[in-house]
Amino acid sequence: MVDTRVRLSGLTLENPVIPASGTFGYGKEYTEFYDINILGSISFKGTTADPRFGNPQPRIAECSQGMINSVGLQNPGLEAVINKELPELAKIYKKPVIANVSGFSIEEYAKCAEAMDRQQQVGIIEVNVSCPNVHDGGMAFGVLPESAAEVTKAVKAVTKKPVYIKLSPNVTDIVSIARACEEAGADGLSLINTLLGMRIDIKRRQPVIANKMGGFSGPAIFPIAVRMVYQVAKAVNIPVIGMGGVSSARDVVEMMMAGATAVQVGAANLVNPYACKEIIEELPLLLEELGIDRLEDIIGIAE
Amino acid sequence: MKTSIYKIQSNRALRSDIYEMKLKGDTSSIKAPGQFVNIKIEGLYLRRPISICDWDQNQLTIIYKVVGEGTERMARMAPGQELDILGPLGNGYDLDKIEAGAKEKRPLLIGGGVGIPPMYGLAKALLDRKVPPEVILGFNKSEEIFYEKEFKDLGVDVKVTTANGSYGIEGFVTDATKNPGYVCACGPEPMLKAVWDKAENGQFSFEARMACGFGGCMGCSCQTKYGAKRICKEGPVLEKEEILW
Repeated sequence: MVDTRVRLSGLTLENPVIPASGTFGYGKEYTEFYDINILGSISFKGTTADPRFGNPQPRIAECSQGMINSVGLQNPGLEAVINKELPELAKIYKKPVIANVSGFSIEEYAKCAEAMDRQQQVGIIEVNVSCPNVHDGGMAFGVLPESAAEVTKAVKAVTKKPVYIKLSPNVTDIVSIARACEEAGADGLSLINTLLGMRIDIKRRQPVIANKMGGFSGPAIFPIAVRMVYQVAKAVNIPVIGMGGVSSARDVVEMMMAGATAVQVGAANLVNPYACKEIIEELPLLLEELGIDRLEDIIGIAE
Repeated sequence: MKTSIYKIQSNRALRSDIYEMKLKGDTSSIKAPGQFVNIKIEGLYLRRPISICDWDQNQLTIIYKVVGEGTERMARMAPGQELDILGPLGNGYDLDKIEAGAKEKRPLLIGGGVGIPPMYGLAKALLDRKVPPEVILGFNKSEEIFYEKEFKDLGVDVKVTTANGSYGIEGFVTDATKNPGYVCACGPEPMLKAVWDKAENGQFSFEARMACGFGGCMGCSCQTKYGAKRICKEGPVLEKEEILW
C-alpha cells in the first residue's frame, strides 16, 4: 500500500489533492457527486471583508484547453462566511480547511485573516494577492516583492495559523516575490493563480467578457505552472502548493516532482465535478505503477 | 444530478440552423420542465448547457441552435454516438405556483426562438395536471418557425408571431396578448423584459454564459431582489417579483 500522505506546516493531509479556491464554493454543491471527506483539504471561496457581487456578465469565456473567468471575488463577505458558510462546511467536511482571503487594502487582508484565525476548522490561511479580476487591489499587492511582503507581515501579525501566500504568474520574476514573502514570514506559498487572458467575439467584434480581461486557467496553463512551481520551490525553503491546470493523477505527480508538497485542482472540477475524486482514486495506482512507495519522497525530485 | 452517458437516437435539422436531438439514457432525476443539461463535447473544454425540451422514462429531447463551435459539432453528430451529459441542472418551473397563479385565467406560455423548447415540456406537464395553457411562439421570420405542429398536436391553443409579419401575427410575442395573467416565458432578454412589463405574475427563464452548470464557480450569477443567484443553480427560472433589470 502506497503512502499518499503529505505534510503542510504541521498539518498532515491524507492525500495532496485540494480543490482550488473559487472552483469549489464551500463544498456543498459537490456533495451531490461524492463524499468530499476524501479530499486532502479544501481551499474555500475567497473571502473579502464586505459582501461582493463581483463583475458584470458575461464572466466566462471558453479557450482551447481552458477557460477565462472574471467572477471578481463574488462572496457573501466575512461575517456571512464565518457565521453561515463555515458552520455548514463543518457539517459536510470534517478535516481542516484552507481559508482563502482577499483584500483591497493591507487592513482588509489583516481583518479577514484575524477572523479566520479564530476558526477552529481553518488549518491554513491562504492569502490571495493575485486575483486578476479586481481593479485597484487584489493582484496589485502580488506583483511587487515589497507589497507582497507587506501583506504577508500584516497577516502574520494577526494569526498563529500557517500563512500561505497565493502568487500571481502575471509578473516578471515570480522567484523574487516568492523570496520576499518567505523573508516576510510566510509559512508557505500557493501558485499559480490564473494568467491574465482575453477573448474577442469575432461576430460581435467585442471582448467576450464584460470586464474585457479575466483569469485564464485549465490544462493549457499546466506547463507554465510546473515551470513556476519548479523555479520557486528550488529558491525557497517553505512548502509550495502547486496548481494551474492540474487535471489528472499524472499531473499531481508531475507537479510534486517539480517541487509541490500538495496540489490544488481548479478548473478541472468545473468540467468534471468528479475530477478530484477520480484523481484521488487513481493516484495510488499510478504511484504503484511508477514504483513510488511514499509520495513525499518525490517532492522536488526533478533536478 | 450526475454525469451519465446518453446515446444519440436521432439528430435532425428542424430549420437550417435549429436541430432536434433525441438521446437515450437515464432521465429519472429530471424533476421539472425548464431544467437543463450540460453536454461534454469532445475536443472542447467547457460543457454546453442546453435546455430540456421533453423527456420520458428513457429518452431526452433537446433542441439547439447552431451558434458556435460547440453546437456546430453537435449538428454533425450521428445516431449511435454517445455523449457525456451532466444533469439535470437548475430549478425548472414551479408547477404548483403556476397552477395557483392561474386560477382565473389559463397560464400563458411564451417562447421566443430557442427559448421555445422548454415550453414544450412545460405545456405537457401542465396538461398532465389538467391545467391547459395557452401558448405564444415568437420568431423573426417564417423560415425560423419550428414545433408549431408539435404544440398543436398536444391540443393547446397556439399563436405564432413573426417580427416581419411573414407568418401568423405580425410583431413580437407581446403583440399576441392583451392582458397576460400568469406567464411562463423563455427567450432573449429583451423579449423577457417586454413580457415581464405586461404580465401580472409569472416565471421567467434566463440564459447565461456558464462554466460548471452546478453552482461551483459563480460564473453565471445575477442580481435579484433577494441577493445574488446563480442562473445554473437557483435559476434558470426566476419569479417575476424577484427579477431586477
